[in-house]
Amino acid sequence: MSSSVLYDLPGPRARARNRASSIVSAVLVAALLAFVIYRFWQSGQFDPLKWQQFEYQAIQLQLLDGLGNTLLAAGIATVFALAFGAVFAAARISDHRLVRLPAVGVVELFRAIPLLILMFFWYYIPRDYGIKIDAMWAVILGLTLYNGSVLAEVFRAGIAAVPRGQAEAAYALGLRKTQVIMSILLPQAVRSMLPTIVSQLVVLLKDTALGFIVTYPELLYVGKQMGGRLTFGFPYVPVYLVIALIYIGLCALLSGLAHWLERRTRRTGRAMPIAVDADLAVEEAEEAALRQQRHP
Amino acid sequence: MLHVLTDNWDIFGRAFATTIKLFVVGAIGSLILGVLLGAFRVSPVPVLRGVAGTYVNIMQNTPLTLVFAFMAFAVPKLEVDLDYLTGAYVALIVYTAAFICEVVRSGINTVPAGQAEAARAVGMTFPQVLRIVVLPQAMRSMVAPTMSMLIALLKNTTVAAGFSVLESGAIPAYMSERGEPQLPVLVWITIGFLLIIVPLVLLQRYLERRWSVAR
Repeated sequence: MSSSVLYDLPGPRARARNRASSIVSAVLVAALLAFVIYRFWQSGQFDPLKWQQFEYQAIQLQLLDGLGNTLLAAGIATVFALAFGAVFAAARISDHRLVRLPAVGVVELFRAIPLLILMFFWYYIPRDYGIKIDAMWAVILGLTLYNGSVLAEVFRAGIAAVPRGQAEAAYALGLRKTQVIMSILLPQAVRSMLPTIVSQLVVLLKDTALGFIVTYPELLYVGKQMGGRLTFGFPYVPVYLVIALIYIGLCALLSGLAHWLERRTRRTGRAMPIAVDADLAVEEAEEAALRQQRHP
Repeated sequence: MLHVLTDNWDIFGRAFATTIKLFVVGAIGSLILGVLLGAFRVSPVPVLRGVAGTYVNIMQNTPLTLVFAFMAFAVPKLEVDLDYLTGAYVALIVYTAAFICEVVRSGINTVPAGQAEAARAVGMTFPQVLRIVVLPQAMRSMVAPTMSMLIALLKNTTVAAGFSVLESGAIPAYMSERGEPQLPVLVWITIGFLLIIVPLVLLQRYLERRWSVAR
């Protein structure tokens, strides 16, 4: 339902009213923006000195280096999380209780622990035992455990959402469970899961910024260093604005990919994509699975 | 194992109290701001729709850590007096509100179009359609995702640890100074979080069952 269903095509009075509220709200928004800009100007944020840093090649390279570290951690964590998710999703749909129950426990536990605490596990504990572990690996392993657990749920729900007849037909042909899942269910499930997986990767990319707290020199960490330079008058505001733009650009690209995949899946019409929000997707797929059980 | 907790109860107690404070204030604030933005998002006024849409796009694509960093380091440079705790409240609220806004919007979208059309056909005005027909139905499908967002908010409070707020995420740094082994410290923090999250999850399941839509 588009929001326009909520109200009729506006008549003359409604149009006048809408125009009036449009103008009032536009004025309010403009006033707010003007106030923010005034505040920026008053506190000297438009001082060229504060923006000068971005002209130096060494500093551009430093920024690029931070971006590289962010992407490196995100890339490695993506591969690990996908593998972790695949393994634990497979364990969760196992017929053996001894395999299934621990997998359920692990997935639920890692989804409940704050990601930063997961990173702390990898950051602090090896040090206690005198093992040197790079902060990057604390970030990557923390991201892997959390996002891997979420992806495990997404995979499981995606497989559960494939119409039951598919599996029944495959079993009837005499395929074994592994064959049914690998060659019948998974290829169909992947299509509907792709948008959800990509949006989870956006979450993963954003969460690399937590590396700042465990002193991993990623984009935000570099930003703090750049902002803290007295020579340029502590340009925190300009630096964070630039960094926010970089993050927004990266995430928008990935989100755009997710939307494109969703539209493409919808157009081919064979598989309904699951919703973008991972939790919602899991619930919806579960509901669908339940419905099928109730009305076979 | 237990003595790590009892010896350092001063830190653990204070930290978890702050965590809960951040959670409660953040939840109330982001619900208010999020519902307001959600109302903007479905309103007949294009400017408001645009504002809410832009806000959601920016916030959902910005890492929470960056929002915190902005509040802690950049806002004071704008000559705004903001202490770290207030900054943490603001960061959590403005970030979570974007997600609540999306929950509200998609909640309204789950109500079948026929409902609003029928309400309009009997002559209800826009506020009446929303208040009497659409929102009561939309509320039901919003309960579960809202709870998910609040649970995410609870976990997100730990980010404040990186910005000089003594909450549960800051405990390891303090314990590191006191020379405590970190494994029991982190296990206790995990248990603390599970103690808060499990009731929330149970509440979510209960509400979901109780409020599930009979369509």
